Amino acid sequence: MIQMKNLDVHYGKTRVLKGIDLRVNKGEIVSVLGPNGVGKTTLLKCLLGMIKPGSGFIKMDDLDILKMSLTQRARFIGYVPQALPSRFPMTVFDAVLMGRKPYVRFVPSGEDLEIVSQVLLSMNLSHLALKEFDRISGGQKQKVLLARAIAQEPCYLILDEPSSNLDVKHQLEVMDMLKTLAAKKNIGIIMAMHSLNLAARFSDRIVMLKSGHMVCNGPPAEVMTCRTIEMVYGILVTINRANGYPYTIPLSPVPVNKINSELLN
Amino acid sequence: MKNQYRALKCRSRVLLIFFFLLLTVIGVLSLCIGASSISVMDSILALIKDNGMARAIVLNLRLPRVFMAGLIGIGLGTAGAVFQAVLRNPLASPFTLGIGSSAGFGAVVTIIFFNGLVNEYAIVTGAFVFTLLSSFVVLGVSRYKGTTAETMILTGIALMFLFSSLSSFLQYLGTKEEVHGIVFWFFGSLSKAGYKEIILSGTMILVPIPFILRFAFDFNLMTAGDESAGALGVNVPVIRMLSIALASLMTAGAICFTGVIGFIGLVAPHIARMIFGSDHLFLIPASALIGAVLVLAADTLGRTLWLPHIIPIGIVTSFIGVPFFLFLLIRKTKEYW
Repeated sequence: MIQMKNLDVHYGKTRVLKGIDLRVNKGEIVSVLGPNGVGKTTLLKCLLGMIKPGSGFIKMDDLDILKMSLTQRARFIGYVPQALPSRFPMTVFDAVLMGRKPYVRFVPSGEDLEIVSQVLLSMNLSHLALKEFDRISGGQKQKVLLARAIAQEPCYLILDEPSSNLDVKHQLEVMDMLKTLAAKKNIGIIMAMHSLNLAARFSDRIVMLKSGHMVCNGPPAEVMTCRTIEMVYGILVTINRANGYPYTIPLSPVPVNKINSELLN
Repeated sequence: MKNQYRALKCRSRVLLIFFFLLLTVIGVLSLCIGASSISVMDSILALIKDNGMARAIVLNLRLPRVFMAGLIGIGLGTAGAVFQAVLRNPLASPFTLGIGSSAGFGAVVTIIFFNGLVNEYAIVTGAFVFTLLSSFVVLGVSRYKGTTAETMILTGIALMFLFSSLSSFLQYLGTKEEVHGIVFWFFGSLSKAGYKEIILSGTMILVPIPFILRFAFDFNLMTAGDESAGALGVNVPVIRMLSIALASLMTAGAICFTGVIGFIGLVAPHIARMIFGSDHLFLIPASALIGAVLVLAADTLGRTLWLPHIIPIGIVTSFIGVPFFLFLLIRKTKEYW
């Protein structure tokens, strides 16, 4: 279990995250939602130990993540960045092999190569193995990055907007992969998301942030309400239900006079 | 799939062996040709038995020169590959961080203030001290301001301008003879290479190599960005600082006796990258070998093309290196950086 307790983060004098309390269990998918600049990425970076919180702590299976060594942390937690730099002149196999870094002493062993092969095979990426990473499509790149994180054999996985650069089919495929991963390998997944509907459909729990505060934390069906979304995103929506999932249809930004009247109240 | 990948790496291994053999062949060839007309047979015989004059020339003049050329190529090639990897910049070379111009400034200072024209070891020491000084400044600034590639490159470029203006200023004050000596040092020359120098340079160049190879897999991860490498357990700031310190030492070892031979450190890693791709486990040894081949070939041409004159190595490397590099750049079929 990942446990964040009373987490505060400052950039200079601005407080970016305020009093975040959050638990993520193994095998669970938690989506972090909120408009741009609300602190989603900061939250993820705290989990990765890249940002030290001003106060509060993060424990992973009862170990303080700031007290772990880099390698130890990398065995616990995998990270799928939004995108790699535009130039990444390696084969797909090499890219996935990097996921073995926390286990490699000097050069990757035969076992490392075997694991990478298995991961590529299980994700239907074998045909790309020796292609240049730069030459494959955006959707394939995202899958390769995911494959790299899986080769890392982590207990938890952190993804920064895994679906934002993908077409609809790839979005569904990647989300399905995550769902399987959580269920079969019992991996706890935390991801920052922009798409309300994908998050509602594929997450066990949804956390919404507004100006560094946690506004809600619960199953999609409970927390995805017109009122919450209006408050967090500043848009008016209707919510339909289909197949048991809430679907958000954005209507318009909240009119200025309404905001003003709320402020006056 | 695993086997296909292995086959791919096997190809790289074979290519490495090929370049090693090529280096050996050029080395032997270069022992056999030179200003004095000793036959190929005599040159090779001189290595094993005493055949008088030929042995003296081959062992005392040509052999140290060949070794030194090889070492310099290895040093600059490896250092270049390391700088390009940790600074994540195709323009990086052993001189990006101001190392070349600070070495030059060191030489100028000793020539003008410490009578360096008389005592050549003084020049070497001066160049060496200032080389290390400039890399310490870069490392110091980045310790204070964050070890990002950008901070380091900008600090290096600033230092480069500072040291070259300082050099120009001192030259402006110097006498005719001193300025002549300075210009000659900047050309680069292998003529002073003796066995003592080889041992000193060789230590500085070869000792860091195992440590750098130890980081090769980490360099691969760093091409994907600091954050993502960090998330996989690479201690990016530490590796970047250590690698730069080691590569600076190698650069100092390569240039202190011979002057600034600039181009090799930029071009050898690029050629290696075109042939071997970006896996640093192969890229680094390949850059070393290709650097050695280039310096050795350039020096051999430089001392034979225009007999009895010797064209300074720094000039020849650019003359043959630049067209060759442009040729490869135009011919390349895929983006390799």
